[in-house]
Amino acid sequence: MKKVLKPIVTLLGILVAFTSCNNDSKSNAGALSSSAAEKVYVKPGDHDEFYAFISGGFSGQLSVYGLPSGRLFKVIPVFSQDAEKAWGYNEETKPMLNTSHGFIPWDDAHHPDISQTNGEIDGRWVFINGNNTPRIAKIDLSTFETTEIIEVPNSAGNHSSSFVTENTEYVVAGTRFSIPIPQKDMPIKDYKGNFKGALTFISVEPEHGHMDIKFQLIMPGFDYDLSHPGRGKSHGWFFFTTYNSEEANTLLEVNASQNDKDFIAAVNWKKIEEYVNNGGGTMMPSKYAHNVYDESTHSATSTIKEEVLTVNPLDVPGAVYLLPTPKSPHGCDVDPSGEYIVGNGKLSANLTVHSFTKMLDAIENKKFAGDAYGIPIINFEDVLAGVVEQPGLGPLHTEFDGKGNAYTTFFISSEVVKWKLETWEVVDRQPCYYSVGHLMIPGGNSQKPWGKYVLAMNKITKDRYLPTGPEVTQSAQLYDISGDKMELLLDFPTIGEPHYAAGCPADLIKPRSKKIFKLEENNHPYATKSEADTKVVRDGNTVHVYMTMIRSHFSPDNIEGIKVGDEVYFHVTNLEQDYDVPHGVSMIGANTSELLIMPGQTETFKWEPKQVGVWPFYCTDFCSALHQEMQGYVRVSAANANTPLRWSLGEDIE
Amino acid sequence: MKTTLKLMTILLTAILMNCGGKEEKKKEGFSYEKKETTVKKEVKKDATIPASKQVDLTNKGIGPIKSLSLPESIDETMAAHGADVYKKMCTACHRPNKKFIGPAPAGILERRSPEWIMNMILNPDEMTQKDPLAKALLMEFNGSPMANQNLPEEDARAVLEYFRTLK
Repeated sequence: MKKVLKPIVTLLGILVAFTSCNNDSKSNAGALSSSAAEKVYVKPGDHDEFYAFISGGFSGQLSVYGLPSGRLFKVIPVFSQDAEKAWGYNEETKPMLNTSHGFIPWDDAHHPDISQTNGEIDGRWVFINGNNTPRIAKIDLSTFETTEIIEVPNSAGNHSSSFVTENTEYVVAGTRFSIPIPQKDMPIKDYKGNFKGALTFISVEPEHGHMDIKFQLIMPGFDYDLSHPGRGKSHGWFFFTTYNSEEANTLLEVNASQNDKDFIAAVNWKKIEEYVNNGGGTMMPSKYAHNVYDESTHSATSTIKEEVLTVNPLDVPGAVYLLPTPKSPHGCDVDPSGEYIVGNGKLSANLTVHSFTKMLDAIENKKFAGDAYGIPIINFEDVLAGVVEQPGLGPLHTEFDGKGNAYTTFFISSEVVKWKLETWEVVDRQPCYYSVGHLMIPGGNSQKPWGKYVLAMNKITKDRYLPTGPEVTQSAQLYDISGDKMELLLDFPTIGEPHYAAGCPADLIKPRSKKIFKLEENNHPYATKSEADTKVVRDGNTVHVYMTMIRSHFSPDNIEGIKVGDEVYFHVTNLEQDYDVPHGVSMIGANTSELLIMPGQTETFKWEPKQVGVWPFYCTDFCSALHQEMQGYVRVSAANANTPLRWSLGEDIE
Repeated sequence: MKTTLKLMTILLTAILMNCGGKEEKKKEGFSYEKKETTVKKEVKKDATIPASKQVDLTNKGIGPIKSLSLPESIDETMAAHGADVYKKMCTACHRPNKKFIGPAPAGILERRSPEWIMNMILNPDEMTQKDPLAKALLMEFNGSPMANQNLPEEDARAVLEYFRTLK
């Protein structure tokens, strides 16, 4: 009897095992790749769950991707001219790229950060820093366009930027390279003790987001690499990693790696704000540009400011402390609770985590190890919360999932490592392909991350994609972090260098995305709101063409009386009031880009005709079945000709 | 002799006049299957009547307007507002009394129901895809799309009132 039972039981067991496998289609038994594909497949017509704003690094721009699909939706021009969208080419946006050094058509765009309210991402604006000619830009997420750029004086290699406090009170801009402040002609070798590093706090007006430099903290001449604000309990503080506390000015790869520990500078900005509001600080003459794009006039203006308020940390006791951190730390990351400050010491074997609570206690009880130029250095042991022992090589940046886990990228060992806050134990690791830099969890710099995905951004791809000559794409990799183990779901190519990213659920942004600009709200000084108002006006050698466009004609489309040597401004208004009907326009021989004009918007390009003839212009953005018919002619006569100025549509010029 | 000279002079001057003068006359190009621009007054069969001339007062079109009855007299205030909206939003493609990019609205209420007119203004994309008259009009006007200018319903109604004033 027993002998008969055994095989039956075994058989039954096997059957149960098989049927349970078959019933559970979500099982991870085999077919991992297909389940990964399902997780990133957004079917045609469906929308992605998250927006990811990935900086383009040396491209100077900000790209907009969807997650989990990895699809690219838009490249928002920020610091670099973009002929596709006439950014920095049309008359309206040229002022956006103005600086105290004149017009600069490029920058190095690094760290996007999304605005916050009450410590949570609110999806209103993205801020991003220009490294090279220090600037902070603001992108409005109702139009996905750059609407403000402020230059940062007394700064160089504006890198510990552009992170926002938890109510977007400030966006911070720290200098990576210290310089003479104010600038002067002096020997480079006299760097030590003479060069300074400025940490700039830019206030953000709550309603419209207008930026203004509130104060600059003039710090010792270290390199201020990255930063993050305190939150929750530590709201009111800001933390900056430093390297080159050696103050070397040559061969930094050796000379700036001498000290076993550099510092995280802890700045009590609320204390400094109070000091400044009560009349503290010193006004310093300093030129910097402030460029603002006005949505109602569809135009930007650039103002050169003349002075900036500087603060000496020694004048505000209790405002700045230094936390020793091994070694040449890069990322400076604060967990969602605001208690833990992670120093990603790129030359250290371990990850160092400081405790905000212990820091306050050490300050109160003066547990200091000395000072640097008068700024107190807190005892390392008295601020240390814990150490993640030998998690990998070259720790760079840590993000948090809001469930007690931290995720750190390791550049040299090319991996993402998951570890637990408070126990400091490593629980998982996944390789990156290759040389990962920063990573992003949606809602990363906030009290409330959405710990579903982590996006790792790689500097090098080697053999991962089809080759494209010596320069190959850089990439991002998406991991599912909803379970105990990270699962690699997707690799996708990116624009430029995907240096850093910020992300949030699409629903925070999608409903507020603008569809058209209302014609009646267009206050551009050269707007033409109906075809009846189109005209051509001569003023000496300057000619203004007031032109309109609608599917599928320009008005006027025949113009005569233009002469060689004229400066002709085409002010073109798109009369459409329907979603997704932009028009373009370009003119043969114009030394500029096309215009790409949204419904209800006016843009201007300048044309200086150099040759007699009849020259065509046409619509560059396929707009209707009659797009090919959307064209016109300008007759150019000799400089001394007396061809009368005339224009028409639909009838010949007689 | 004298007469021959005179004649020669006249001829020469005529030739010179023709050749001289910098203004070149517009060359008439060739014509190949060009559409007749003059409307023939013969009565045609229904199938050949262009959509812009066809009368259909029962079709209400497709869109938000399901039923609309017009009062006897024209509301002059509303019509004036409609004229203003029309000038701003419609004249890029329409002239009141003549064919332009699109058809002229004069007399449209003798050809179309008020609901059809409103739906054409408020819902042109769907109308030109699904409504047989609107589809035919799109073809008649060379595929030039009726643009959705996103008028509020109230403004579209005012434009309709303005159309009633057009003779």
